[in-house]
Amino acid sequence: MEFVDYYKILGVDKKASESDIKSAYRKLARKYHPDLNPNDKEANKKFQQINEANEVLSDPEKRKKYDEYGSDWKHAEEFEKARQSQRRQTSDADGYSFSGSEYGGDFSDFFSSMFGQSGGGGRSGRQAKFRGEDYNAELHLNLEDAYTTHKQTLTVNGKNIRITIPAGVENGQVIKLKGHGGPGINGGPNGDLYITFVIADHPRFKRAGTDVYTTVEIDLYTAILGGDVMLDTLSGKIKLKVNPETQNGTKIRLKGKGFPVYKSEGHFGDLYITYSVKIPTNLTERQKELFRELAAS
Amino acid sequence: MQTNDLILAEEFCSHYNVGLSFINSLKQFGLIEVTSVEETYYIPQAELKKLEQLARLHYDLDINLEGIDAITHLLGRIKDLQSEITSLKNRLSLYEKV
Repeated sequence: MEFVDYYKILGVDKKASESDIKSAYRKLARKYHPDLNPNDKEANKKFQQINEANEVLSDPEKRKKYDEYGSDWKHAEEFEKARQSQRRQTSDADGYSFSGSEYGGDFSDFFSSMFGQSGGGGRSGRQAKFRGEDYNAELHLNLEDAYTTHKQTLTVNGKNIRITIPAGVENGQVIKLKGHGGPGINGGPNGDLYITFVIADHPRFKRAGTDVYTTVEIDLYTAILGGDVMLDTLSGKIKLKVNPETQNGTKIRLKGKGFPVYKSEGHFGDLYITYSVKIPTNLTERQKELFRELAAS
Repeated sequence: MQTNDLILAEEFCSHYNVGLSFINSLKQFGLIEVTSVEETYYIPQAELKKLEQLARLHYDLDINLEGIDAITHLLGRIKDLQSEITSLKNRLSLYEKV
């Protein structure tokens, strides 16, 4: 556990007055508050640090203890144990520390060892009903998973939640499961669970929205003379008819063979196929002769 | 009944220690939807999260309502742009690894 320099975090010196601390805290809070920095984990972390620093430095008793024992927190821990039974309630008298269960409750080990867990506090700390914390989770799928509507069971904080994942879900898409977040406090409603889908790259298929792209290798003779090629698609095997004299890089579109449109049953994007003509190698002398004849004709 | 999903505005204000005028002002700015039944305001539960966020901005960060209005628009823009970035990243992967 490392020593945390709360003065440094707030950018104030050790002689800073309460109003200096309040001012420094508010300035930093406006910069890093999670409400103003959505999906920014770094800002969230920074905000927790400044919230923790404020929790200590804005409370005269905590500040005194921190100043006295801060650099030697192990002694503070002993000090704390000795007087644990008479620990006073966390003050909310200042009225400017941040409220809500969502932010600021996740204090460092250093803080916990010195002051115990946070008692919350702030504007709304009195028996208020709080909406529960929102949870965020990632769900990793492969492209085949995302192609079909299917059910999955997730375990969130020890509870199993069975969800239906509609076909066509996008990489990075977020869905909200109402009421599956943290429990409400004092009778407040539960928070929500936000699930972000992370869809792994597929070795053969690339997806852009509902369109799917793939490259199919065909041999030189099929490219020149035409023929049939079997292709594995996400919906099964299909037979492709290759036209004679197909050029390398030719792109064809198979309408309706792409990815399902999200929550629009029976609707699909298109499958784009690029032909890559494979030039034969290790030719025999006879084969080379035949090519020379062709070249000369 | 519909009222099951509504929270009495006065109750919200009392629990969060905010003034009813704050709810009124947010309503006037079009920042939240409030249901009015016989001159009593109710907050739909779906608005609760947003309302808590707006209260934090106003009371904790000392941002006035004009600022909150501007921030709300900008956060909406950020959300749209993040969606666009995700969509563009997905498209970009098409060209990076084909």
